[in-house]
Amino acid sequence: MMTSHPLSRPDFIQVDHFSFHYGEKQAIFDIDMNIPEHQVTALIGPSGCGKSTLLRNLNRMNDLIDGVRHEGDIRIGGISLYDPSVEVISLRKRVGMVFQKYNPFAKSIYENVIFSLRVAGRSKKSELDATVEWALKSAALWDEVKDRLHDSAFGLSGGQQQRLCIARAIANQPEILLMDEPCAALDPLATLKIEELILELKHQFTIVIVTHNMEQATRCSDRTAFLYMGKLVEFGHTMQIFENPKHAETEGYISGRFS
Amino acid sequence: MKLSNSTSFATTGRSRNGEPWVWLTAAGLTFGVAMALGLFLLILIKGASSFWPRRIDLFEISAGPAAEKVAGYVTQETQRRDTAGTLHKEIQVFRGNKELNGEAFKFIDRSSIQSSSRPEALLLVERLEYGPAIVSAVALQTPAGKIPAGSSEFEQSLETILDQGRVARKKLLAIERGKIGAISRELASLARLEKSGNPDPPALAKRRGELQASFEILQQEAAAIRKTLAESSFTGITADGKEITYPAGTLLDVFPSNRAGFFERVGEMLLRMTRFLREDPREANTEGGVFPAIFGTVTMTLVMSLFVTPFGVIAAIYLREYAKQGAFVRMVRICVNNLAGVPSIVFGVFGLAFFVYFVGGGVDRWFFADQLPTPTYGTPGILWASLTLALLTLPVVIVATEEAISAVPRGVREAALACGASKWQTIQRIVLPASVPGILTGIILAMARGAGEVAPLMLVGVVKLAPTLPIDGIAPFIHPERKFMHLGFHIYDLGFQSPDAEAAKPIVYATALLLIVVVVGLNLTAILIRNRLKKRFAVSSF
Ligand SMILES: Nc1ncnc2c1ncn2[C@@H]1O[C@H](COP(=O)(O)OP(=O)(O)O)[C@@H](O)[C@H]1O
Ligand SMILES: [Mg+2]
Repeated sequence: MMTSHPLSRPDFIQVDHFSFHYGEKQAIFDIDMNIPEHQVTALIGPSGCGKSTLLRNLNRMNDLIDGVRHEGDIRIGGISLYDPSVEVISLRKRVGMVFQKYNPFAKSIYENVIFSLRVAGRSKKSELDATVEWALKSAALWDEVKDRLHDSAFGLSGGQQQRLCIARAIANQPEILLMDEPCAALDPLATLKIEELILELKHQFTIVIVTHNMEQATRCSDRTAFLYMGKLVEFGHTMQIFENPKHAETEGYISGRFS
Repeated sequence: MKLSNSTSFATTGRSRNGEPWVWLTAAGLTFGVAMALGLFLLILIKGASSFWPRRIDLFEISAGPAAEKVAGYVTQETQRRDTAGTLHKEIQVFRGNKELNGEAFKFIDRSSIQSSSRPEALLLVERLEYGPAIVSAVALQTPAGKIPAGSSEFEQSLETILDQGRVARKKLLAIERGKIGAISRELASLARLEKSGNPDPPALAKRRGELQASFEILQQEAAAIRKTLAESSFTGITADGKEITYPAGTLLDVFPSNRAGFFERVGEMLLRMTRFLREDPREANTEGGVFPAIFGTVTMTLVMSLFVTPFGVIAAIYLREYAKQGAFVRMVRICVNNLAGVPSIVFGVFGLAFFVYFVGGGVDRWFFADQLPTPTYGTPGILWASLTLALLTLPVVIVATEEAISAVPRGVREAALACGASKWQTIQRIVLPASVPGILTGIILAMARGAGEVAPLMLVGVVKLAPTLPIDGIAPFIHPERKFMHLGFHIYDLGFQSPDAEAAKPIVYATALLLIVVVVGLNLTAILIRNRLKKRFAVSSF
């Protein structure tokens, strides 16, 4: 599982002394880490340690909240997200996101998948059709839904809905895929399917995944970052973190002494 | 349940666990439902029965030395105590023939009735004026000669005369209101042209001559129709022996109320109902139909929804999505909510001052200056009435839309944003479609409120009798400046402003029933649309 892409940049995403505040409350303390391209990086840590906050800063989703501010910088491919010339919308086209609770739109399966193309103003039928097929195949959902693409997305099972959300997130060919506990609301079988999918998708995308599930992190991530109380405690190859943690807190957490 | 149980949590009676409150709330609900149902049933029964052709009685009465015969149907039974203190049981009889008796109703003391019968010969005659009449047939006058009642061709000829009258009235209306109306409109516009510096006097004079000529031809046509109509008539005799002749032109319907079987009477009732729905009112609205009022109510309500929906939705989107939530927005929200509590007549006054005088006056000054001082838009009309009601119902739509928008889960919005949608795209493609059922609920409530509102309309455009509809075949086909009729106002007008309140009573109930039907109908349509939209993406995962 330590396979690395031949052309991958080791410092594709640079989190540079990044701190983040929700008003008075500071959620992230001076995090500094480089996330490599075409690999799966898992963020683990107890509830409230700032995993989602860090993840949601990678596509500036947290900008929507009133009274937030940050220090430090985050760069993708060397370009700062906070550069005045960077548009949030075009950033989000490069960084797709999958949420904890599957959240398809009240539209057909087809329209769900191509939503990002629609908002980008692309409407060529052949392109849309091709995208739907490619994205659904990539999300391992095509065979299950190809006969009912124009039915409501709400008719799918939970696991299927989450895979639809993954198809939606990758439809516009982003470079990075952020996943915030994508299996938290799913049963074990659906979880397994998503994990297989993640291993497939990492050949095309750089994946950052938040997970609460230690096995999941070992099964499908190349690198693991352990966060504790808003600070980055340890970051390294998944194998090393789980087999030979350097910090006592990391060891305590992965051995289940606190969560 | 043992009463002797002494543990502290034992329930020893109904009062302990609050059951009386259950009964009280249930009683409250029952009371409310019963009231609503009673109201509806009263209106339904009274409204529907006003169309039922009732049997006509012939009473022979002796009041003092004089004997009298009265034919009519009983409308009410009452009691009266005279000055001496004796109790009189009386019946109120509708005997029609208003032109002979002055009053269509007569009170008869029961004790003075010598005999009563139901002669089959009695007919209920409806005509253009003076309401219905009750007579027995005497004869028909046709161009071919006189046909006495009872002869074999009588029925057939009566039918022919009634048909002739119907056709002729339609023709006359087309000539006098349609064609002659068009000519006088063109003459008026020629006159305006002349006043504002005539560009080409000979052409104008020529056109005027042409119009004058065709006007005379039309008048001759109308006179000819009238002349043929005058050749036929129907003569009847009242119960007290007076002969009356009704010219074919004024005769609407002759119905043998006492001879007709059940199905004939049902047929007549349906006929009366359709006439009520389709015809214009007659005789100070107490006779004829209410079509213009139905049309006005529906048009006004639809135009109102057309205005209130975009404004309400846009305002709600701004308040909920764009405005910075704080003290100011809170205050705006409180003001909007309080707007819903302002008495509607206040909106009427505002509509009159702002829409009619200020906006309408302005429109007149800018676009219709050549017709001043006669106002075009600077006078109450259906457009201003719709706008006033749109303002009145705006809070309902705003509140409903805000609620619907805020009920859209945050996750879905974030998903849209994460797909690269802008805020507006998210609102437009995700938030609004998800809110449509809620918004429609708001519109339904607004329509229900708006369609039943009468007080403000009296200031901004409703009239007792509108000669023309706001939409018709005369260019430019839609006339938003016109005054209109409204079922709610019609009820008020008939019930309280009518010269003959007694005669108007059935029609008041019928109109009230119709108003309910129209409001419920409009709402049902909206509810059906809403449910369709809801179903389109309903969950069906099993
Ligand atoms: N919108 C917010 N406003 C204020 N505080 C927040 C908000 N979101 C998260 N926090 C706080 O920031 C901290 C980190 O939260 P989060 O990143 O969601 O944790 P995790 O995903 O690791 O469970 C928590 O203490 C949480 O209470
Ligand atoms: Mg989280």
